[in-house]
Amino acid sequence: MTESETQQEDSTQLTMGIDPWERNWIRFSIALLVVFAALVTIAGFAGGFQLPGVDSEVDPRTVTDSGPWSEPGVREIAPGRYEAYVIAQAWSFTPREIVLPIGAEVDIMVTSVDVQHGFKVSDTNLNMQVVPGQVSRLSFTFDEVGEFPYICTEYCGQGHAAMYGTIRVLSEVDFAALADDSSTEEASS
Amino acid sequence: MTAIDEPLTSVADPEGYTLSAWERRFIGIHLFIAIVALGIGSLIGPLQALEFSNVDLYRYLEPVLQSYYQGLTLHGVLNALVWTTFFIVGFTTFTTVKGLRRPLSHPKVNVAGLVVMVVGLLMTAIPLLLDQATVLYTFYPPLKASWLFYVGLTLVVVGSWISGVGFYLTLMAWRRENRGVRSPFIALAGVINAAMWQIATLGVAVEMLTMLIPWSFGLIDATDPELARTYFWFTGHPLVYFWLLPVYISWYGMLPKQVGGRLFSDSIARLAFWMFLIVSVPVGFHHQFADPGIPQVWKWIHAVLTYGVALPSMLTAFTVIASLEYAARRRGGTGLIGWVRALPWNDPSVAAQLLAGILFMFGGIGGLTNASYNVNLVIHNTAWVPGHFHLTVATAVTLSFMGITYWLVPHLSHKRLWSPKVAVVQAWTWFVGMVIFSNAMHMLGLLGAPRRTPLGEAPYVPEEWNGHLLRVSIGGTILLISAITYLVVMWKTFRGPKASPSEVPEAPIAESLRDAQLTPVWLDRFKPWLIVAALLVLLAYGPQLVDQIVNMNLNSPGVDFDIW
Repeated sequence: MTESETQQEDSTQLTMGIDPWERNWIRFSIALLVVFAALVTIAGFAGGFQLPGVDSEVDPRTVTDSGPWSEPGVREIAPGRYEAYVIAQAWSFTPREIVLPIGAEVDIMVTSVDVQHGFKVSDTNLNMQVVPGQVSRLSFTFDEVGEFPYICTEYCGQGHAAMYGTIRVLSEVDFAALADDSSTEEASS
Repeated sequence: MTAIDEPLTSVADPEGYTLSAWERRFIGIHLFIAIVALGIGSLIGPLQALEFSNVDLYRYLEPVLQSYYQGLTLHGVLNALVWTTFFIVGFTTFTTVKGLRRPLSHPKVNVAGLVVMVVGLLMTAIPLLLDQATVLYTFYPPLKASWLFYVGLTLVVVGSWISGVGFYLTLMAWRRENRGVRSPFIALAGVINAAMWQIATLGVAVEMLTMLIPWSFGLIDATDPELARTYFWFTGHPLVYFWLLPVYISWYGMLPKQVGGRLFSDSIARLAFWMFLIVSVPVGFHHQFADPGIPQVWKWIHAVLTYGVALPSMLTAFTVIASLEYAARRRGGTGLIGWVRALPWNDPSVAAQLLAGILFMFGGIGGLTNASYNVNLVIHNTAWVPGHFHLTVATAVTLSFMGITYWLVPHLSHKRLWSPKVAVVQAWTWFVGMVIFSNAMHMLGLLGAPRRTPLGEAPYVPEEWNGHLLRVSIGGTILLISAITYLVVMWKTFRGPKASPSEVPEAPIAESLRDAQLTPVWLDRFKPWLIVAALLVLLAYGPQLVDQIVNMNLNSPGVDFDIW
């Protein structure tokens, strides 16, 4: 700061005049932000972390006419592996309930047939913006028995606050019993 | 801190320019509209906060307000868009003429800017009040508002561009008259913010002109909502810096004077503003981490760039606190932290801005969380997000702007501030109310509560949220009291008797510790920074934006009834 007392138009003095403490703070700030960026990069690309990205595009006006989107719901595609197609529409999800056995790895795909919605499953990293024309997709493995609500987190009109569904994760035994029940029901009907 | 004993004499007379009556009225009109918007918007806010505790006042407000969402839309548009934009354009007019000590070079341009903004505001207000634009302030298609809403908002932005051109022309005129002299900081910083805003709003301008306006007129049947989101967030993130930079002008260039000190580092202040010009825009995908249709690699690039935009705020933290400490030690303050007590806390303008700064530190830390590529999924679209921006735009920005009006409104109207003591109480109630409100909102977000949702009526709310919901209501009620207090202080000041010239507060314009003329020339030139800004935008947005435009699918018509 002392050089400021001799203020002359001298090009050699045209420096930024940064205080040593300030210089150290700038170094610290840059280092801190570089460390943050590095940590986020490691955490973001190691250990199976995933963000939604580019999946398929659909026509929201016709998407439910045919293919998997005409029968939204959950199905087993291989032992222990499931896929769930979920339609978001003002102001409900179809299906309203997804039942899975513990340990199931499920690919969840969501699309909207009208306006934007959100799909966030409590207590998990499953959080997707649901945009008409796009398929949002994340996978998750449920390792705990319990009920996990999926809540619409994007304003979609008057009934938005009531828009949610539930993922029920059952023990192997309960899940098998449920599967038996439903197959008996189908047989008897 | 070597210069503490140096006498604090001015190098140049900061009061060298007295605003004309016309300039005072012209700036005053901006502030009047801004404060009216803040008043209405802030009275609506607590309706949301009380709903969280099942106190639904909306049912008593029909037919003025039809729903929670109409109230929320008004709250967001009036507070986040109207209050901020009108205040900023008025304040930048002030920093331009006061900083440059010359009148506007093309006052008709600035008048045209204000007229276009007012016309836009009136057009926007009609559908908002008629419940024909209950689309929240993000107006994501295919929620479809009345065309008046889109055209009106566009005109508000265009008006702010025109005013920005007026500021730029005035700075250029000053430079022709003062060759070789460094541009005064507060004037240069205001023009940098205007330039950043013009680059940033290209996104929403394209969204409006190529998609939403033709769609609302029926010229096209449908929208591409994902492309619209990319356009929107091109503007949506730098929007927060457009709000914040005028606060930084005050914190760097005025607050030091108000506390009896000087700006610690003129160079760093300028550098911070230039950094904001180049890195504010290419960070928008960090609002779209949870979006489909955007490759993860672009999200990651923007996440890293967002850490870059944290740097100028960290520089600001040091320089502003160092300026405050310098002043406090001159006033006899001692101790590692104890000097804070020596600051003039009984000055409401100072108290408001210091309290705003304290909460902004927490807002900044939360912002780094939001920008984190991985952690964002925990809080995206949850109550955490409004919790965060009530610390930033609703406190760092709004409480600072309130603090600025505590000297600026008396300065412009030649009145005395009505009851500085009440104004100090106002600042503290805002601080306390916001601490309670915002903390509870952050907690709710971590527990998974969705944002902008009437949680009082939501069927999925577990019991463990109830305590936080109640605290949201309590915080909101304290904020309501604070907002009403602010409006009373402003009204009583505005309606008070003319004060004698010695009672009218002067404009606090801080001198730099070091002569600004020693600051390098490259910190006073637009061209290199604008080129870097354009290049960064092209690199960080170009490929993905071109891809989304080339593959545009206008296939989302929305619904054929008013969904709200």
